[in-house]
Amino acid sequence: MNIELSRRAFLQTAGAGLAGTTLGALGFGDIEAAHAAAIRSFKLANTTEARNTCPYCSVACGVILYSKGDLRKGEQAEITHIEGDTDHPTNRGTLCPKGSALLGFVKAPTRLQQPMIRKPGADKFEPTTWEDAIDRIARLMKDDRDQNFVATNNDGVTVNRWITTGFLAASATTNETAFETYKVVRSTGMLVFDNQARV
Amino acid sequence: MFPPIANPSVTDVAPRFSEKDLVRRSASTVPAPAERLTEVAKLIDVSKCIGCKACQTACIEWNDTHPEVGVNAGVYENPPDLTPDMFTLMRFSEWENPETNNLEWLIRKDGCMHCEDPGCLKACPAPGAIVQYSNGIVDFVHENCIGCGYCIKGCPFNIPRISRVDHTAYKCTLCSDRVAVGQGPACAKACPTQAIVFGTKEEMKQHAEGRITDLKARGYANAGLYDPPGVGGTHVMYVLHHADQPELYSGLPKEPRISPLVEAWKGITKYAGLTVLGVAAGVGLLHHLVMGPNRVSDTDEENAERLVRSDRHDSA
Amino acid sequence: MTNSWTDIRNTDLVVIMGGNAAEAHPCGFKWVTEAKANRGAKLIVVDPRYTRSASVSDLYAPIRQGTDIAFLLGLINYCIENDKVQRDYVKAFTNAGYVVKQGFTYQDGLFSGYDEAKRDYDKSSWDYEIGADGFAVVDDTLANPRCVWNLLKNHVAVYTPEMVERICGTPKDKFLKVAEMVAECSSPTKAMTSMYALGWTQHSKGSQNIRAMAMLQLILGNIGVRGGGMNALRGHSNIQGLTDVGLMSNLLPGYLTLPNEKEPDLNAYMSTRGFKPLRPNQMSYWQNYRKFFVSFQKAMYGSAATPENDFAYDYLPKLDVPGYDVLRAFDMMHQGKINLYLCQGFNALQAFPNKQKITASLSKLKLLVVMDPLATETARFWENHGAHNDVDPSAIQTEVIELPSTCFAEDDGSLTNSGRWLQWHWAGGTPPGEAKRDTWIMAQIHLRLKELYRGEGGAFPDPILNLHWPYADPGDPTAEEIAQEINGRALAKVTDTADPTKVLAEAGKLLPGFAALRDDGSTSCGCWIYSGCFNEKGNNMARRDTDDPDETGAYLKWAFSWPANRRILYNRASADLNGKAWDPDRKVIEWDGAKWSGYDVPDIAPTAKPGEVGPFIMNPEGVSRLFTRGMMRDGPFPAHYEPFESPIVNPVAPNVRGNPAARVFEGDFRQFAEPASAEFPYAATSYRLTEHFHFWTKHVVVNAVMQPEFFVEISEQLAAEKGIAKDGWVRVWSKRGSVTAKAMVTKRIKPLTCDGKTVHIVGIPLHWGFTGAAKKGFGPNMLTPYVGDANIETPEYKAFLVNIEPVSGPVA
Repeated sequence: MNIELSRRAFLQTAGAGLAGTTLGALGFGDIEAAHAAAIRSFKLANTTEARNTCPYCSVACGVILYSKGDLRKGEQAEITHIEGDTDHPTNRGTLCPKGSALLGFVKAPTRLQQPMIRKPGADKFEPTTWEDAIDRIARLMKDDRDQNFVATNNDGVTVNRWITTGFLAASATTNETAFETYKVVRSTGMLVFDNQARV
Repeated sequence: MFPPIANPSVTDVAPRFSEKDLVRRSASTVPAPAERLTEVAKLIDVSKCIGCKACQTACIEWNDTHPEVGVNAGVYENPPDLTPDMFTLMRFSEWENPETNNLEWLIRKDGCMHCEDPGCLKACPAPGAIVQYSNGIVDFVHENCIGCGYCIKGCPFNIPRISRVDHTAYKCTLCSDRVAVGQGPACAKACPTQAIVFGTKEEMKQHAEGRITDLKARGYANAGLYDPPGVGGTHVMYVLHHADQPELYSGLPKEPRISPLVEAWKGITKYAGLTVLGVAAGVGLLHHLVMGPNRVSDTDEENAERLVRSDRHDSA
Repeated sequence: MTNSWTDIRNTDLVVIMGGNAAEAHPCGFKWVTEAKANRGAKLIVVDPRYTRSASVSDLYAPIRQGTDIAFLLGLINYCIENDKVQRDYVKAFTNAGYVVKQGFTYQDGLFSGYDEAKRDYDKSSWDYEIGADGFAVVDDTLANPRCVWNLLKNHVAVYTPEMVERICGTPKDKFLKVAEMVAECSSPTKAMTSMYALGWTQHSKGSQNIRAMAMLQLILGNIGVRGGGMNALRGHSNIQGLTDVGLMSNLLPGYLTLPNEKEPDLNAYMSTRGFKPLRPNQMSYWQNYRKFFVSFQKAMYGSAATPENDFAYDYLPKLDVPGYDVLRAFDMMHQGKINLYLCQGFNALQAFPNKQKITASLSKLKLLVVMDPLATETARFWENHGAHNDVDPSAIQTEVIELPSTCFAEDDGSLTNSGRWLQWHWAGGTPPGEAKRDTWIMAQIHLRLKELYRGEGGAFPDPILNLHWPYADPGDPTAEEIAQEINGRALAKVTDTADPTKVLAEAGKLLPGFAALRDDGSTSCGCWIYSGCFNEKGNNMARRDTDDPDETGAYLKWAFSWPANRRILYNRASADLNGKAWDPDRKVIEWDGAKWSGYDVPDIAPTAKPGEVGPFIMNPEGVSRLFTRGMMRDGPFPAHYEPFESPIVNPVAPNVRGNPAARVFEGDFRQFAEPASAEFPYAATSYRLTEHFHFWTKHVVVNAVMQPEFFVEISEQLAAEKGIAKDGWVRVWSKRGSVTAKAMVTKRIKPLTCDGKTVHIVGIPLHWGFTGAAKKGFGPNMLTPYVGDANIETPEYKAFLVNIEPVSGPVA
């Protein structure tokens, strides 16, 4: 990745005054081997970085995910801290109260862990498997489509539409998810199709 | 924009300041450091602040504190006050400016001012519980803290808070762990509008001048810098649109000074020396263990005033 | 956005109206504070509430919600009356001189052609006069009384400062101060930017709110220039992308439209999409429509899309109504006409108006599928949570499947921000439990369906069986593979049309950009406006070079901006008729005698001569439109209509209720309070707080700490009148539902005087529900009406009527 390169490029342009100002001033004297008792050790030392963008609003601030373990090396990676990316031209390292607390979203106790099913009339969810869940969804979709697909309208025009099943797309998924979703949904003839932009 | 500090390095870096840079240590003495570090400061430009609380959330995330989910009390302040888990707090005040008849929503980020003359440190009876580095950072050392609460009384800004969990005092560290590796405090990094910036104190004063000029051009004739001399100046400063009336900003003191009680401590040490301090610390700890965290009573304060007066008289 | 977040640094005047950038987009708002600090720019905030944006403004003007058009047309009127118009720009770059057909009228709040029974217009009179040469008739002198400029002048004349005060409740002196500051930006060397968001869209006339400001910006000459523009701040991180990629009932990717049932074949479909230029020499770029469409069909259906079968035209479903938007979908569901519903990361129960109706609708489904990283209310709509979700699970027969998906931190891919930047991001963490990427989930659903159709046959299986699925692992497409598919490929060698010896792309290679698209089936492209995002040069969305010559804020080497990496749309309009920058200090591109060049990718053919080809290349006119012909359902000019629930009767059109062309379903009208209702006397509005992001941050403890509990905001005057204490509890109810909340009594909301009547405002923030870390609370959709914008059906969340009373607090 070209992170280091771009950071240098950035400092050479917009951040040019930096070396002579804050950073220089903070380079006081000798470097000590140990922290003073009151000073915590720097918690980002020896973490792995990943460049990302904030998933909340459409400013799309650059963020850095700091993790223990490196996903790219095939390791389990646990994100331990999230902070703004100073290299990013829009936010220049800043983050709002939501972005600053992103770690709490990634690690929310209410993150979903496994597929669940709620049977008609039940008052709780029960665990299910991906296999069973996808099978069930595909089965019901096919049955409904086969039953309600409209091939031609009253005037005999080919219309090939299916309007008894609907799909509501998101607003924070990637463009790639969006396009694949478009393909899957539209290929069924579904017209009841919308996304969060409506609201 | 004010040049932001580059992203932190994730390689292990040695801290840039430490014990040898201490200029003050509570209830004890330290040898004068060989050389004084460049003074740092955080500048909070109230006129650019949008009250978004990014400073609060960034502070919680960086310092790994765990404030509780509270309630709405009919105001925007949340939590309602500084706590051992909330080192900084946006305070909101709605003010109708009688000169313009316009409403102004004055929002101030409250927190430790890192006084050059730190009342907390001076009030603290526990040796080494509060330290001051020559770059201006005033930091609490929790293993030395006895939870007596004198730092709260000593603070002209009412900042430290005692934890009910470990019975020690907490406040903003100016992110000493970040500053030690060349970063600025977490709140300053997060601040979306750069209402909070961090650098050397000189640089911050210069930056403030530019901001004050802009504010004056927009009709804020009394715009100015808040760097109160009563506490020797501070390492957290404000740009205020109404610098002549700091009280408007949720009671920012106009002329903060260290409580007479603290001066009394100074008086006692003058006569009795450090042995008394040792005793006082012991007494404080005992008192704390029996009674829990403590606030100083009015009687204490009166006695202190008397002591201070006699001290001054004696010295004259 | 026509411009970008970083471009706002170049402005002289920021108008925040219909949005609250400081609270909803704090880090983008930084460029406002930068413009203020470095350029001496001024900030105006117009809002019913004194917001956090207002707290750092130079001028705040209050306005009653739902009256923005009156205010904006008042500003246009002021500019015309006081000759604060950038004349050369208006004459050359807008349709001011175009002559409108005889028969077009506007009277008593209605344009010509209104059909009351249909609540719709016959729009045939809303058009230009076409001359014998087949082109629109234009009067460059603007003397013709039927030219757009004179019609506009007459249309806005009623919106005097006095009328603005009467409708909007904005004191006349405040309005005039705003007008003076805005009018200054008619100078070619001054630029104003408009920053708006849902405060303008969530109205029954949302589209016209935005048009009104766009018209003002054109009159001031602020479109296409640095520091100017119409800047839709937008909501979620990829709301722009989801719209661009066309995930809406009536869209194909890249703002192509789905056929309707009156278009039986490709020729019929193309016949209304030819976009013949309305003036000589104009680019009318949509003339390339067929290339975009055919390339899209090739991306969808690969070798199954052939010239012989109209490129699989029949595979596309044909619409019988303008669109199955969410309001229509839930109304159908309410009638029991929808059986299955799949929600991919969308919390419908909290997000759609009239929650009672939403709950009733979901309860009629056979199956609801929710894919989400978080435990949403929608997936639990059948769970009883006391007053906060008062349902009986045993009475709800809907089967619900909840699928755990990954979040941003666990997948790679691109998001498109409001400035049209496509930015790539990289995963940094392992997903929790069994959570899966959405791309995996959708692939699994598709493959399973395909398998069923292959095995069992069924209704028209062709589009499912032939869906192009070119991924290395069909069950788990990678983001890179899909991004390349979106960008497009040459299926055969593509050469330059002007010079066939020049090869643009060899067969099998990624296309350089949309200029290489062909309509003969030799190219495929998922979304033409994104073409160029991932070509043979690599993944351009992942670029991180922050080079920005002369600090214009363009950042051409950072990520990829659609279209064609252009950062400011219509940037040709930043230069005058001779191709010289209107403002030399704010140059974007200029004509050097042979070609256009500068700081940005020119939004015009590089060799198009300045005097000949107009800057608005997507329009057949080549110019922008002050008069939109028949393109909008509710009128070619905006006009003031009251919200469907309004505290006063419309002062300029007393007989018109709401937006006369807005769609209202049967049954919903009965659930509207009467205008000037005594039962529901207070004007309510809803909004988001800076501490929160919709319903997601309820799940984040730290954000819950920052603003933990549901409240409503009212003025000190209303509190006194009703005996409501600060920090006390209140009940707020509308004709549709009731909520209890803490009371926030504030000086930031003040009663307004509208049409001689005191109007109190009740502010209702959005965030709370019954899952997550925050305290349980109500959403504003307990109260809001079920009606959308006339053109795009965005629900009217910003203006409705309620009543309020103090209560003793919730029973635990």
